[in-house]
Amino acid sequence: MSKKVLVLGETREGALRNVSFEAIAAAKKISGDGEVVAVLLGEAVSEFGNELVAYGADRVITVEHPHLKSYTSDGYGQAFMAVVDQEQPEAIVFGHTAVGKDLSPKIASKLQTGLISDVTDIEGEGADAVFIRPIYSGKAFEKVKLKEDGVVFITVRPNNIAPLEREERSGDVSSLSVDITNLRTIIKNVVRKSAEGVDLSEAKVIIAGGRGVKSKEGFEPLQELADLLGGAVGASRGACDADYCDYSLQIGQTGKVVTPDLYIAAGISGAIQHMAGMSNSKVIVAINKDPEANIFKVADYGIVGDLFDVIPLLTEEFKKVM
Amino acid sequence: MNIYVLVKRTFDTEEKLVVSGGQIQEDGAEFIINPYDEYAIEEAITVRDAHGGEVTVVTIGDEEAEKQLRTALAMGADKAVLINTEDDVEEMDQFTAAYILAEYLKDKEADLILAGNVAIDGGSGQVGPRVADLLDINYVTTITSLEIEGETVKIVRDIEGDAEELETSLPLLVTAQQGLNEPRYPSLPGIMKAKKKPLEELELDDLDIEEDDVEAKTETIEVYLPPKKQAGRILEGEIPSQVSELVSLLRSEAKVI
Repeated sequence: MSKKVLVLGETREGALRNVSFEAIAAAKKISGDGEVVAVLLGEAVSEFGNELVAYGADRVITVEHPHLKSYTSDGYGQAFMAVVDQEQPEAIVFGHTAVGKDLSPKIASKLQTGLISDVTDIEGEGADAVFIRPIYSGKAFEKVKLKEDGVVFITVRPNNIAPLEREERSGDVSSLSVDITNLRTIIKNVVRKSAEGVDLSEAKVIIAGGRGVKSKEGFEPLQELADLLGGAVGASRGACDADYCDYSLQIGQTGKVVTPDLYIAAGISGAIQHMAGMSNSKVIVAINKDPEANIFKVADYGIVGDLFDVIPLLTEEFKKVM
Repeated sequence: MNIYVLVKRTFDTEEKLVVSGGQIQEDGAEFIINPYDEYAIEEAITVRDAHGGEVTVVTIGDEEAEKQLRTALAMGADKAVLINTEDDVEEMDQFTAAYILAEYLKDKEADLILAGNVAIDGGSGQVGPRVADLLDINYVTTITSLEIEGETVKIVRDIEGDAEELETSLPLLVTAQQGLNEPRYPSLPGIMKAKKKPLEELELDDLDIEEDDVEAKTETIEVYLPPKKQAGRILEGEIPSQVSELVSLLRSEAKVI
């Protein structure tokens, strides 16, 4: 059983997002012996085609147009549907990113097909593939499949499906010309609030601060440790509400959901809503003055102590061994 | 303005989950309005107060969902509609929900439809955009600010932490992100008034929908709880030696650095 699978690649700040490679790997599982066709939409994106092939795409189709410079559901919708019309895929994979979340339901609706969002694992292959996704803010998981012979359509949560090894592969990168018209949304401006560098949803290491951080400056030692480990800084809602940091750092039920290899929670008590955002991290370390803090219940390792003592010491120790 | 709000009844976030027979057990659980839908209800009321019109809240569910509709009415919505699918629909997915809501809305000439950007139980965030596509109207998701100035609608939306400013026009569907507003608590007078506000109950027949039309496209084969985590270790000793031990464990045992 072989399926042709379309994968929507994404770029951010001049580079392909890691989730694009993860989506290709997911597509390979679904495709059986079939073909994985990566799709890139934007104003000037063809330069990224070869990298998608290196990570496993059999070929790449780009749609370039000035009206695709910024994402709009109308613009990307027209472009992607044109590719769908040409390729008649049997399956589609998007990353579960801002673009993926916004666009995938529109495409699924047009194709009158089911859509399985925020997939964290795939069991089986090809026609037997079953998709696993978190529900109830990660407190439970469900296994889902498509009922009949519709287009198999999923979005994959960043940082959960391992990409294929990068290899020198060859594959055609071609362009499709599409007229993009009648955009009902006009993008005026983007205010970058998130820190440059490591994307929180793709970070392998996250150092998160809670109310215990006590001030904006309190985040500085956390940032130093994150920089050393090539990670990102996150925060609990408590720290954001107290104005110690911007809400773009918030991890939790009403913030970002992250699945890093290492999550260090400093001065975070561990409210259920926060845990919903990070409980599926591979390894959790908790640092808190209060030995009864809830966070210690989910931590793999815990240090009862003052984060302002512990974090700088951690930075020093890591410097020594790395 | 004709304003509609799509509302979902969900478990309370503090609920412990019980799974048996591969399904979540609902008996005895506390239910609430999906927190993101509260932002939508609050915004709808604000828009109505500023521009005039009527706010109707709509939900799909069974009779129990009336409680959540009355709460929305107590907050200040004008009318409520329950699309009761208990007898007609066994398995519902996002395709089903969107189809039913779009069928209800298609002749309502809605100017503005609001929904939460995601439900805290299902977590897929599909229904809003699907409904907009079925109605062939524009949609903007994860909004944190909404201003209607004549023919122009000015919106700020959250894209993974960045703030995007855009303009569009009505008719429009928007989905609410945290930070859009602070939802009000229903006041006592509001609760009393809510008892007299119209709450209409409809079934699939009333919408000329056949059960086959809305059959779910996806199927959940199993629901399970994650394996219970092994108890973690709280390190001991002087802080500097705990730190050395931690780094060593992270490298050799956990192997994450």
